[in-house]
Amino acid sequence: MAFESLSERLSTIFQGLSGKGKLSEDDVNLALKEVRMALLEADVNFKLVKDFVAKVKEKAIGEEVFSSLSPAQTVIKIVKDELTAMMGEENTELKLRPQSEITVLMMVGLQGAGKTTTAAKLAGKFQKMHRKPLLVACDIYRPAAIEQLRVNAEKLSIPFFSLGNQVKPEEIAKRAYEEAKEKGYNLLILDTAGRLQIDDALMQELKRMKAAVPVDWTILTVDAMTGQEAVNVSQSFSEDIGVDGVILTKCDGDTRGGAALSIKAMTGQPILFLGMGEKLADLEPFYPDRMAGRILGMGDVLSLIEKAQSEIDEEKAKESVRKLSKGQFNYDDFLEQMNQLQKLGGIAGILKMLPGMNKAMQGIDLEDSEKKMKQVKCIIQSMTFKERANPKLMNPSRKKRIASGAGVDISEVNRLVKQFEEMQKMMKQFGGGRGKHGGNPFGGGFPGMGFPGMGGKGKGFPF
Amino acid sequence: MANFFSKILNNLFQSDRVADEEFYEELEEAMIQSDVSYPSCMRIIDAVKREADRKGVNLTKDVQKILKDYLLDTMSVDEDYYNFEKEKSIISVIGVNGVGKTTSIGKLAYHLKKKGKKVILAAADTFRAGAIEQLVEWGNRVGVDCIHQKEGSDPAAVVFDALQSFKAKNADVLIIDTAGRLHNKKNLMEELGKINRIIDREFAEGYRETLVVLDATTGQNAMSQAKMFKDCSQVTGVVLSKMDSTAKGGMAISIQAELGLPVKYVGEGEKIEDLKRFDAKKYVEDIFAF
Repeated sequence: MAFESLSERLSTIFQGLSGKGKLSEDDVNLALKEVRMALLEADVNFKLVKDFVAKVKEKAIGEEVFSSLSPAQTVIKIVKDELTAMMGEENTELKLRPQSEITVLMMVGLQGAGKTTTAAKLAGKFQKMHRKPLLVACDIYRPAAIEQLRVNAEKLSIPFFSLGNQVKPEEIAKRAYEEAKEKGYNLLILDTAGRLQIDDALMQELKRMKAAVPVDWTILTVDAMTGQEAVNVSQSFSEDIGVDGVILTKCDGDTRGGAALSIKAMTGQPILFLGMGEKLADLEPFYPDRMAGRILGMGDVLSLIEKAQSEIDEEKAKESVRKLSKGQFNYDDFLEQMNQLQKLGGIAGILKMLPGMNKAMQGIDLEDSEKKMKQVKCIIQSMTFKERANPKLMNPSRKKRIASGAGVDISEVNRLVKQFEEMQKMMKQFGGGRGKHGGNPFGGGFPGMGFPGMGGKGKGFPF
Repeated sequence: MANFFSKILNNLFQSDRVADEEFYEELEEAMIQSDVSYPSCMRIIDAVKREADRKGVNLTKDVQKILKDYLLDTMSVDEDYYNFEKEKSIISVIGVNGVGKTTSIGKLAYHLKKKGKKVILAAADTFRAGAIEQLVEWGNRVGVDCIHQKEGSDPAAVVFDALQSFKAKNADVLIIDTAGRLHNKKNLMEELGKINRIIDREFAEGYRETLVVLDATTGQNAMSQAKMFKDCSQVTGVVLSKMDSTAKGGMAISIQAELGLPVKYVGEGEKIEDLKRFDAKKYVEDIFAF
């Protein structure tokens, strides 16, 4: 996930500061030098870093850090404030026209930035919100670009429009717009070819497309791993064709995401979403203030709650709470809970949004946990429906069958059954008091956080 | 390409200026703006300073010469790095999403075919939508066979098929396209291991080459990409793609200096002939072109 290593670096620097009772000017300078290095290594724009460090320095000295009671805290606070200011405060929402009108989005960007995937992700997102999207293939140059969009559209059951690779993009856009009018689509998403911002001929083509159809949002997709070049790219696109918003893609790599900071601060273009993964559902809204918090290791609980609200089926959650409090928790419920946990991005995804977890998680093999979780799912899925609904049915011969069905050793099944029973017992003890949290997606979705083994070692579930 | 870098450097070296702290700071800025990593930037400057001291020179133009020699020394690629162009070789091409792997493979196939080699492509990126079609299309353009199966099929099985065809047709070079993977995902990396084991089993005598494709516009992350791939596979070289962009590709210097991975090819456009052997001399000359 982007920003993590930056966050780690900064908290190490801050810890170094906090350890000191009094700070000399040298201490501050040294810390700022490290902050500078951390930002540069995160690909934050060079000029921006320079300004940032200068500003913090000025304030730090102005605020009489050296005579204050907790000098380190003061410095940290200044860095935090400046970082938040740099990121901006508000989230910019990608607003669409009313349902009765056609909104046109045009995806632009360099080659390989992730336009096609993001176009499909956007279509999927808005389809969920009851829009009627039409994905339009205007990349007539890259081999199989049309095919890629078509396959992605199919996966999401979204209508797809293409005129092959012999018709000019502006003509395709125009005809797609007419098609939308005729067939009642109200969200046109134009996928265009990747291009260099210095490729004049191709930039002209984008202008012609904008002239051909009323584009509401020109969306620049930028690879989060882009280096110092990010600002140049977004500035040129903005000056040449006008950009209304940016989507930062591939934020799930280990990039430090300095490009986000730079684009926002240097060009003022709002960042609309962060693309998080290869799956078509992974598109997160961007909240600058929350992101600043994440960078500084303060976590992002708000985003987690929102995600929970949008992904978790409240009725199901309430049902499982009801069952729990009566001690009727069975394997079906358990499976359902695991599915919900995975919808939220898995254990790793959740932990990363919690304050302070970033550092705490170092050295924990989360991939391994996810793997074990999959194995548990596998075992449960190898049970018959009767066994799932009624855990008491379990006996050695059934266990043997389940083990061979799931392709695991019988000891794994034994362990699961034992742990499940322990969990059931525990749930019964705690279950009664949980009901009142029913409306809260956390209380509801994760009774007792569902997984007693998550923190403790040895006891409870192996993940 | 390296123009921006050179502009800054030219200003730096213009006059008979004495190389003071301010000068070195500007030098550092210029390098960082070209995406040279901070640690290697520091190391280069230290080395240049030391050399300047040793030689007892302090004019910027003398320092320029030292820097130039240093970079040339770091970046130069020996001829025997290209042995795989002559042998019967299996080239695996790896890299994260969107760096231009498939395009680079198409161009590399053309480059080798022009040298009279019989080339076969293997579409082992069975994950990304359209990846197979894209490689098949490149195969058609270049005029070489492309072994492929359906989207979602087992990449190792594709490689197995390709190796059979490679042996049956007595081809010279097999180029394997792999799924663009985010390098911090363990399971995807394991797929690479599986492909390697198939090659070991089926054609152990082949000359092995593993090229990482890196996007010149990528910043510091390019280093961690290269590092990760190096840990997981016997990487033998780098293809630096998209050098026709305005990015400066400075991370190539860091990757060579820190990881010892040589840049072997440079991609400079979308046309079939836009892939060239990396020319260290030209690269450095470009940086200092007056």
